[in-house]
Amino acid sequence: MVLKRPPEPKWLGARWVPPATVALCLVPLAVLIGQALTGALFPNPIEALVRGLGDWTLRLLLLTLAITPARRLTGWTRLVRLRRTIGLITFAYAVLHVLAYVGLDQAFHLPTLWADITKRAFIILGMVSFAILAVLAATSPKAVVRRLGGRRWRRLHRLIYPAAILGVIHHAMMVRAGWGTAGEHAVILALLLVLRLPKPRLAGVFGGRGGAEG
Amino acid sequence: LAPLEVTGTTHRVDEALTDYEAVTTYNNFYEFGAGKEDPAENAHTLKPRPWTLSVDGLVARPRTFDVADLLATQPLEERIYRLRCVEAWSMVIPWIGFPLAALLDRVEPLGSARYVRFESLIDDERMPPRNRAPISYPYVEGLRLDEARHDLTLLAVGLYGEVLPNQSGAPIRLVVPWKYGFKSIKSVVRISLVEDRPLNTWQALQPSEYGFYANVNPEVDHPRWSQARERRIGEFFRRETLMFNGYGEAVADLYRDLDLTKWY
Repeated sequence: MVLKRPPEPKWLGARWVPPATVALCLVPLAVLIGQALTGALFPNPIEALVRGLGDWTLRLLLLTLAITPARRLTGWTRLVRLRRTIGLITFAYAVLHVLAYVGLDQAFHLPTLWADITKRAFIILGMVSFAILAVLAATSPKAVVRRLGGRRWRRLHRLIYPAAILGVIHHAMMVRAGWGTAGEHAVILALLLVLRLPKPRLAGVFGGRGGAEG
Repeated sequence: LAPLEVTGTTHRVDEALTDYEAVTTYNNFYEFGAGKEDPAENAHTLKPRPWTLSVDGLVARPRTFDVADLLATQPLEERIYRLRCVEAWSMVIPWIGFPLAALLDRVEPLGSARYVRFESLIDDERMPPRNRAPISYPYVEGLRLDEARHDLTLLAVGLYGEVLPNQSGAPIRLVVPWKYGFKSIKSVVRISLVEDRPLNTWQALQPSEYGFYANVNPEVDHPRWSQARERRIGEFFRRETLMFNGYGEAVADLYRDLDLTKWY
């Protein structure tokens, strides 16, 4: 595989790129809040809000997972500094998704919540995924990374794969019939996971000779 | 939509009606898509007039009714019922229709008939396959004959004073207010009196989650969510779900010998 890669664009290192990424990632939240306030989520706004936040949590989680393959395909190393930013925003969406479910949908009704997190498989999977994201968010500040050491940090942060897989299953299990967007998420996730295989194995998957490329 | 003449309001729950807008834009009608907003968007292709409804099987006088004739010959009543979806939301809807029993009387069920099987239209032109959610068609539902003959069991042809909008199951649909909404089959083309319990669409699809009876029951959870509380569309807080959707006084007797945990 010999690919002519375009050189890394200069603007990727510019100071405005991280704040612009944050702003862009917050657009869906602004749209959802706007829709909720103007009645556009009628006639079941709470359900639409919980689902909208869940959908965007998954999309951003997939985007976070897409950074490394994108870097490998393009060779643009500075993409990596956006990974933590997008990952943290993903967690923020997950927090809002859980809060909307607990506070708006169930109105803090403890018996229902307790039954949900002890009995309902799709909620349990979602909660486990959420717990993983919380651990990853808590260990993302640079000081914590230094304390953990690079290797331990990297190993810990591989938990993002099970978190993403559980998240996609959580979504798929909620659907009453067919796959819909849950199926699309599953396909994208599978593709992203395959793209992360070490290069020789990746070449094997795509039927190449493997290992020969620099 | 054409207005309908009614003789009066014969059943009424004293609760606020759900907005017409919500009733007609938040629907489950999988022939037109799995999203709640899909039927309102896609059901314009249905062409509900002219429409025939066959009643056959174990009856003395099988007949094919023209729905326009039915509208002209059956006195229509308004009935304000709660509708409780298995997904834990609910509405209050002013239906217009006539008791299913009146139709059954006209075909004279035989003594061997024990169940009633209902079938929806499936038609590639009027229900384009590209819109359909992936379940099996035609949509099938069933009732025990005594449930079908119960006074609350309605064949609805209208709501809010007008003929049914397509997305609500035009031109004729079932309404069984003490059961989850999926029992209330839409756009019916065939009703058959049968001996054996019909296998309804959702039970065939996921028997651990959907049964034949599907009586509203706050004590028997759907495996994936609690049925104890529901969100009335238009309200912020959930409310407690009532046994038999609040129609227990009228229908509990039908099930006195039935284990409702087993026969969900």
